[in-house]
Amino acid sequence: MADTTLADRPVPAGIWRRLARRPLALLGLATILVVVLGAAFAPLIAPYGPDEQLFEGLTLQGAPLAPNGQFVFGTDLLGRDLFSRILYGARTSLVIGVVANGVALAIGTVVGVVAGFFRGWIGAVLMRFTDLMMAFPALLLAICLAAIFTPSLWIVAMVIALVNWVQTARVVYTETTTLSEREFIAAERTLGAGSARILLRHILPHLVPMIIVWGTLGISTTVLLEATLSYLGVGVQPPTPSWGNIIFENQTYFQAAPWLVFIPGAFILALALAFNLVGDALRDVLDPTQRGRD
Amino acid sequence: MAAYLARRLVQAALILLGVSFITFLLLYVLPADPVRQIAGRSATAQTVENIRRQLGLDQPFLVQYGRYLAGLVQGDMGRSYLQRTEVATLIWARLPASLLLMAGGILCELAIGLTLGIVAALWRGRALDQSLMVGSFVAVSAPQFVVGLLLLYVFAVRLGWFPIGGYGTFAHLVLPALTLGILGSGWYSRMMRSSMVEVLRADFIRTARAKGLGRARVVLRHALPNAILPVIAMIGIDIGIFMGGIVVVESVYGWPGIGQLAWQAIQRVDIPIIMGVTLVSATAIVLGNLLADLIAPMIDPRIRLK
Repeated sequence: MADTTLADRPVPAGIWRRLARRPLALLGLATILVVVLGAAFAPLIAPYGPDEQLFEGLTLQGAPLAPNGQFVFGTDLLGRDLFSRILYGARTSLVIGVVANGVALAIGTVVGVVAGFFRGWIGAVLMRFTDLMMAFPALLLAICLAAIFTPSLWIVAMVIALVNWVQTARVVYTETTTLSEREFIAAERTLGAGSARILLRHILPHLVPMIIVWGTLGISTTVLLEATLSYLGVGVQPPTPSWGNIIFENQTYFQAAPWLVFIPGAFILALALAFNLVGDALRDVLDPTQRGRD
Repeated sequence: MAAYLARRLVQAALILLGVSFITFLLLYVLPADPVRQIAGRSATAQTVENIRRQLGLDQPFLVQYGRYLAGLVQGDMGRSYLQRTEVATLIWARLPASLLLMAGGILCELAIGLTLGIVAALWRGRALDQSLMVGSFVAVSAPQFVVGLLLLYVFAVRLGWFPIGGYGTFAHLVLPALTLGILGSGWYSRMMRSSMVEVLRADFIRTARAKGLGRARVVLRHALPNAILPVIAMIGIDIGIFMGGIVVVESVYGWPGIGQLAWQAIQRVDIPIIMGVTLVSATAIVLGNLLADLIAPMIDPRIRLK
């Protein structure tokens, strides 16, 4: 487009190149890639079905097997292959991570932009509501909602979205109010641009880097929240495997079979860490004010 | 100052009113019937109706909420549906355990987080600093229950140094507090590091050095007090995150605090208890934020109360 100016392209070029110079970010990206591939090709990679109760998966006394040659991550209390369940569980974590976080991000952005751009009574109402949500004990609210509904994958995702949009709304609001007061927005107005044009062509593009950063960091929070709800037994319900509910199902036996808790636990940690590392690197790369600070 | 405080307190009360309304509404709308829980499966329709009328649950929503509020302003949080006890009594009985766990957790996270943050700042850019910052990311990304179970497994099951869950002695407190502490320390070490780095760059530090003071004295007497205060002031904001963590950690260790109380109440749809714990937690969060805002200008006079 001919009238493309610097203001229209707030996401700088060469992000990938600069990201590639950070070993931790690369490590995070690689971890995410491995989990995504594992989830996508779970039926091809998994040696057994996720719900298959194997006869040879239990000892003669009926105890689960520790990791060995045949079952690399061991088996669970019902004689199911843990590696296969972890692979299918990755689908749950990723779907919830992306969907719940996407919805939260969308709600947060709309609330933040509307409140920050239009101000007035709409803005006041929205931000007071956001303050109110900030005072909610989020985990308690999520547990309560999830426990009372019979939780399916989608309900868990919506519950998480419902408690997680607040942070995004606040940062987007702050950024939008400062942007609205900048000279180039005033100039646009003087030239006769309408609110819709200013919002879509000038405000939103400037919010993109921040939304990318918060979106990435937010997936980490979402993954942890899903795991926590599932661990408490109010998240995704068995037999659908999720990393959290694998631990929930097996925790009574964890003194004798610690791998059933710590292998899925390590996966939850790795995925959450990966998104945090990538998100942090993106913040450094995308936000020029942060650059060179430390 | 007094006007500011008054305005903030009114705001806090309004927020709590909003929290109570939304929670009450959610519990009213959601498809869980507390009466069924109380009456049991074999109850006749007549019994169910009687219980419903006794508890006032046959009334319209606004009447129910109005009654609840009327009780609340008189300090009456209602009675538990299943335990036949005042909610306030139940919460009051559990509160000391939760406060103890919180105090232990905050102490641990400050001790770990501030120390690591200071060390990282002093060795800025070196391998030690980098590995500490990766460590802080790990702490921030770790699921609370996994860390809880890991500490439990290593230090209680394997090594037998601490009891496996429960409540009573100092030994019972160590692992739960450490779990909360390790998780929270990631956040504090990052804040402490950046605060310390900023202070170490300030002119008065250069002046102190130029006067010929030793490095240890400059760090301990001049930099540290200035860097540490703003971080400690964040404790107020941290309370919200803590209230969530407490539910999980109490459940892992069988710690008899308000988190466990809430968790059991949620499973049995014991609405008055859920309401009570939610309101107590929300009050803690609101007061924590208020405290943080009040402390900020005392530490940094450039911040003005608006």
